[in-house]
Amino acid sequence: MAEPLLRVDNLVRRFGGIVATDHVCLDVGRGELHAIIGPNGAGKTTLISQLTGHLAPHAGSIHLDGRDISALPAWRRCGLGLARSFQITSLLPDFTAADNVALAVQAHAGHSFRFFANARKEARLREAAHAALERVGLGHRADVVVAKLSHGEQRELELAVALASRPQLLLLDEPMAGLGVTESARMVKLLKELRREVAIVLVEHDMEAVFALADRISVLVYGRVIASGAPDAIRQNDEVKRAYLGDQHVVTHHG
Amino acid sequence: MMKTRLNAGHLVAVLAVAGLLALPLYSALSGNIFVLTLFTRIVIMALAAASLNLIMGYGGMMSFGHAAYLGIGGYAVGILAQEGIGSGFIQFPVALLASALFALVIGALSLRTRGVYFIMITLAFAQMAYYVASGLARYGGDDGLTIYKRSDFSGLINLSSRVQFYYLCLACLLLTVFLIWRIVNSRFGMVVRGLRSNEQRMQAIGFPAKRYQLVCFVIAGTLCGLAGALLANNTDFVSPAVMYWTRSGDLMVMVILGGMATLFGPVVGAIVYLLLEEFLSQITEYWALIMGPLLLLIVLFGRGGIMGVLGRLSRG
Amino acid sequence: MLLVIEQILNGLQFGLLLFLLAAGLTLVFGIMDLVNLAHGSLYMMGAYFAATLVAKTGSFLLGILLALGATLVLGIVLEVVALRHLYGRDHLDHVLATFGLILFFNEAVRLIWGPAGLALQLPDWLTVPVPILPGIHYPAYRLAIIVVALLVALLLYLGVMRTRVGMLIRAGASNREMIGALGINIKLLYTLVFGLGAALAGLAGLMQAPILTVQIGMGENILILAFVVIVIGGIGSIRGAFLAAILVGLIDTLGRAFLPNLLRQILSSAAASTAAPALSSMLIYLLMAIVLVVRPEGLFPAARR
Repeated sequence: MAEPLLRVDNLVRRFGGIVATDHVCLDVGRGELHAIIGPNGAGKTTLISQLTGHLAPHAGSIHLDGRDISALPAWRRCGLGLARSFQITSLLPDFTAADNVALAVQAHAGHSFRFFANARKEARLREAAHAALERVGLGHRADVVVAKLSHGEQRELELAVALASRPQLLLLDEPMAGLGVTESARMVKLLKELRREVAIVLVEHDMEAVFALADRISVLVYGRVIASGAPDAIRQNDEVKRAYLGDQHVVTHHG
Repeated sequence: MMKTRLNAGHLVAVLAVAGLLALPLYSALSGNIFVLTLFTRIVIMALAAASLNLIMGYGGMMSFGHAAYLGIGGYAVGILAQEGIGSGFIQFPVALLASALFALVIGALSLRTRGVYFIMITLAFAQMAYYVASGLARYGGDDGLTIYKRSDFSGLINLSSRVQFYYLCLACLLLTVFLIWRIVNSRFGMVVRGLRSNEQRMQAIGFPAKRYQLVCFVIAGTLCGLAGALLANNTDFVSPAVMYWTRSGDLMVMVILGGMATLFGPVVGAIVYLLLEEFLSQITEYWALIMGPLLLLIVLFGRGGIMGVLGRLSRG
Repeated sequence: MLLVIEQILNGLQFGLLLFLLAAGLTLVFGIMDLVNLAHGSLYMMGAYFAATLVAKTGSFLLGILLALGATLVLGIVLEVVALRHLYGRDHLDHVLATFGLILFFNEAVRLIWGPAGLALQLPDWLTVPVPILPGIHYPAYRLAIIVVALLVALLLYLGVMRTRVGMLIRAGASNREMIGALGINIKLLYTLVFGLGAALAGLAGLMQAPILTVQIGMGENILILAFVVIVIGGIGSIRGAFLAAILVGLIDTLGRAFLPNLLRQILSSAAASTAAPALSSMLIYLLMAIVLVVRPEGLFPAARR
């Protein structure tokens, strides 16, 4: 079997007495959309934070494209092809949407120790930024300051920023949280297109979206992966049903 | 890029620059020499404030030790003058280099902390510089060092001429504002401003924060060192007092009063703050008593400084 | 040998005073998230009140007790009138606003007491040298400072760790909204905590008064040292502040006492005379720099929540 794009081996992370990540093993292949589901407090965001390098694991390893990235800081992992959207929207509020995306492009387009030329006039950066914005449907809002965008638009912008880094692997932490029905549908359609180009790890509560999109699903409960496999298998798994899917009808529809 | 409409802030900036350019003329016509020396000092402090605005306003790095560079630049000139090296062509580059090195070391250490700790560490290091200078008996220690001859630029410009010196300082100020304008809109500037806005996001898209912040810190320190060299020439004197932590506070107030992260905020802030200080101290001996609570009120109610208020006025 | 022991005790005494100052600072910062630069002004006011009240009442003990009370009241007034409006704001706002307060206090003191400093005379019974070890004497007053400061440190520890109020304080440091929800009067708690911090600063000031001159600006110099202590000791840790304060006190005192001689052994006399005072002042900051490089979280950081 080919080396998976992302391989997580026995990852452990504690917070005081609580084991937030309990020997988690995970692998994601190229072009795969791997969903991670689980009840609130299961440790999904903690897991994502360790994958991106914002949080250090206490044990275990993370390999990206065969390379051990466990000790690398967050900004370096981005350079290696990892991009992330945050569960709690984390953008540059006083900059425009285009500025936000352009900065993500800039990070991967040569060095930034240029002191004289106006960055906003760099055609290459602006074009790539606009392309990413068009992709998520925000082209017409490019010059709006982020603080003035609606919540849904900000979530879409998060995705655009992640895409602008031209990643191999996208880590999306509840991208649809707080989105309305139309926006959710648009996001699902977008993710369907994207997964042919880039591997995606998707943390979501929206079960309809998850089952529509995922190639594989891992279920995280109290920091442990209790089941992992194809959507149908997960749907029928007794343990999963007991622990999580029983609440499905409560959490399916957001926004 | 958002088109910036002409607003009251721009008008004030243009008026300020015009006023500064015309000042020597006014001074010559009215015979008032004092206003020329006063404004020379104001222009130099505006330069220092502009350099602080780069790291504080645009970069979000609240340095409470910026006055240290005034001292370093000043002492570079003073010490070299004392040791017989009077050429400005040597003194000024040394002043800039010394400031840059100090900023590099202090920045590298201080940037390991954040928030209020960063503020206090920069303050502590500046005080360290103050104490070190106080201990240099050979160079005047606490009493300071008199500079008997201004920096010699052999025929290029005569610093002993009040008018020439004023225009040199003004040129340095305008050049600095220009440089800062280019920097904050450049790739580098966008990164630094982004780091101020949301460091977590910037790290996530692939920018190593410390690197950029340190370079910004060094640039600001160097520019302030220039102000220090000019200041020493202006007063023909340098002493540890120029680095005392309250001077750093003064600089911060000028930046905030004028409006952080605006190009002309520091200039306006310096003019207003120093003129206020000058007039209040003439009206009453108790100006510091008023200044204190005034600062408090400005902090509590004056969002965005003078330029900020002007900008809001225009938008209606 | 005599000299070394004396200097060690001096260092201990200075360190304990730094701790009193740092403890007040950390408490206010930890619980109200308030950066209070005017803390040094409260230290100064403690000293000024003491000098004045001792002279007025003629009794040393009465004078300093009244001074302590006066500083406590001043702190509470300050909190109620000005500082409570700063809670929740940017730290930079705190820095600027309290910087304004420092200017105000320095000027007010200049107006009321004049620009020259004050002196505080010790009563005779406190100037006697106390034999602490066979053949070694140490001034009674400095000994008293050490004893009082240690006592206060102990009371502080017991108070914060063992009482219900202390529990509220520690809880407030972790979760402000929570204790508000519990029905505790937050405003009152904050005012009391600030008052405690002010009292600690005032105590440090009035104890230091007889040794150093009471003068304008005395608060600022030592305030910076208090912050250095907090950085070296570790953010949010009272234990760290205690240990770091002792360390800083010892290094600073011993350094100033012995470094010049040490340098004279190595360098020429002229170079030593130039370098020694500058280097001695730098010692503490060098220590802070080293700590920042090696352990940026401090030497004795509080256990992370």
